[in-house]
Amino acid sequence: MRQHIRALWFAAGAVALGLMLQLGAPSPASADNTIIIAVLNDQSKVYADLSGQGTVSAVRMAVQDYGGAVLGREVKVLSVDHQNDPALGSTKAHELYEQDHVDAIFDVPTSSVALAVAGVAAQDHKVLFVTTGGTDALTMAQCNKYTFHYGYDTYALAQNTGRLITESGGKHWYMLTANYAFGQSMLSNFTAAIKSAGGDVIHNDFVPFPNTDFSSYLINAQSMRPDVIGLMNAGDDTVNAMKQINEFGMKKRAQIGIGLLFESDIAALGSDYWSGSTITVGSYWNLDDKTRAWAARYKKRTGKMPTWVMLGNYSAVTQYLDAIARAKTDDADAVVKQLEGYHFEDVFARHAYIRAQDHLLIHDMYVAKIKPASDVKEPYDFLQIVKTIPGEQSYRPLSQSTCHL
Amino acid sequence: MELSYLALQIFNGLVSGAYYALLSLGLAIIFGMMRIVNFAHGAMYMLGAFGAYLAAKYVGLPFWWALVLAPLAVGALGMLFERSLIRRLMRLDPLYNLLLTFGLALVIEDFMKLFFGTQGTPYAIPASLTGMVNLGITGYPVYRLVVIAISTLVCLIVWIAIEKTPLGAKIRAATENPSLTQAFGIDVSLLTTLVFGFGVALAALAGVLNAPTTNVTPSMGSDIIITTFAVVVIGGMGSIKGSILTGFIVGIVAALGAVLYPPIANTLIFLLMALILLVRPSGLFGATESGAR
Repeated sequence: MRQHIRALWFAAGAVALGLMLQLGAPSPASADNTIIIAVLNDQSKVYADLSGQGTVSAVRMAVQDYGGAVLGREVKVLSVDHQNDPALGSTKAHELYEQDHVDAIFDVPTSSVALAVAGVAAQDHKVLFVTTGGTDALTMAQCNKYTFHYGYDTYALAQNTGRLITESGGKHWYMLTANYAFGQSMLSNFTAAIKSAGGDVIHNDFVPFPNTDFSSYLINAQSMRPDVIGLMNAGDDTVNAMKQINEFGMKKRAQIGIGLLFESDIAALGSDYWSGSTITVGSYWNLDDKTRAWAARYKKRTGKMPTWVMLGNYSAVTQYLDAIARAKTDDADAVVKQLEGYHFEDVFARHAYIRAQDHLLIHDMYVAKIKPASDVKEPYDFLQIVKTIPGEQSYRPLSQSTCHL
Repeated sequence: MELSYLALQIFNGLVSGAYYALLSLGLAIIFGMMRIVNFAHGAMYMLGAFGAYLAAKYVGLPFWWALVLAPLAVGALGMLFERSLIRRLMRLDPLYNLLLTFGLALVIEDFMKLFFGTQGTPYAIPASLTGMVNLGITGYPVYRLVVIAISTLVCLIVWIAIEKTPLGAKIRAATENPSLTQAFGIDVSLLTTLVFGFGVALAALAGVLNAPTTNVTPSMGSDIIITTFAVVVIGGMGSIKGSILTGFIVGIVAALGAVLYPPIANTLIFLLMALILLVRPSGLFGATESGAR
């Protein structure tokens, strides 16, 4: 029997390995009379709802709104699942650029994957727009000529949420940090912002990623009596942490500083679990008439409401196609030149420009308070925007940049 | 480290242990009777949680009823799988059933993702159990204590039923020697179906119990099943008592690990597993068990 059991485990391992390597092949290479763009994101795991297929729909919508073609050439959209695995992500990115003749890749959530894919873009000399991936390393030490960071970054979240909570009296923070590129980047940016606002981080736990049970950390946090519990994680991890924070009745004793949040996270628990917390977003469907009109069209198309990064991806694709039109070619170097330093305004990005020196999109960010369920009037009506922070104040000033393009 | 603080952390460990114990007990019962490793066990746990959620949403079923009805429904589904699929592969190498149940788990999980997305659905703690008990340095949620109590009670009843009752004797007999047991006029075929259904019902019960404290998502089963298999290996394959005790032990080890050095919290369980495999390959409780061949 022992032999059997051992064989069983080996077989299980082999099956698991096979699944990891199972690669869904995208459509074959096509002639050069088309422009091909690809969405590379998580379509099956923890970040699939906040971006995933929703972003693919938003990207298709952007292409359609642009007329389906640029320079008289048809624009095609591919989409690939990277399963939050950096190795799989970089393999797929390389395949997309080299075999499928993809001109640009979009979205790429999960910072560790985004960094890996940025390396591929630099190597293959092809354009990459990271929208959902958050780490500021993309425009700092690991910046490159072909990568653009579009929508938000960990520095902007820290500057707004971290500073605001600290200045309003939340001085002592207890951090729960997802132990991978994104969480680590969040922690260092939040710590800097909190300190500069006169607060401090009294303790940090590097929680394995992903994680479902936060109760041990929460007990520990209670014993240290912090003013703020800082959640330096995203998606499912944040949802689980918040569910248990409510269960332990900790919202009454401490503020909850949520680093990054999407509408889909709020929907997963219901607004009451989150109410009262202050967050930073790059946009919001209920911001004004323009965003509401866009969201209405998106909902008609998909039957669902969009998260703010889906709107960001819509904008990124629109700006990319526009840059091709201005450059009169899809040649990566020419398009990059058109994007650098470009000032614009669209449904997502306001008072916006792409900083030439580090390829970071500078645009207005918004500080929002999460409403209690009793104030939620329609689906996804979760946020009350309390403040618009100009891009120059939200994002890292150029003087502190370590990027050399 | 204060004593009351340590006590709270041990309570947390017992709560995770409560889920591990129910899950690994179900696995052990199925393995004991049928010699198959049920890879679909995590999916059944997830279906239990979703059963509670759906029943609450569409027919307003209260938590206490869900605690009984969701495992029954999932148990019935399990029996259907046993009769229609698993049974057909019983004569072959156990590898075939491992592949089958693994495939089932993937199909069920993706099927649920199709309908419910990946990010989960809200399921709250029943209003009557939302209170806190004061345990020294801080309050502790009543619901968590209820989870420990229910799990311990169910595990105890199952253990007694298998070790001390006539029905348990029949199950143990069928495990030891199916054909001889059949010759005594006991319907081994029916018994096998019932045991499989009961095993997966225990997994579903763990799912319902966990639903109010965690995010109810289609992937919650594959998240917990890996740790559960580690529990089974540490405790010893097929040992009833071992699976229960090890479930709680592993829960406590993981909880304390998370406090002492968080980055190692998940790894600690597998270090323990590796250690056990080195010094005691049959598991903590596996050696003298009559069920283990």
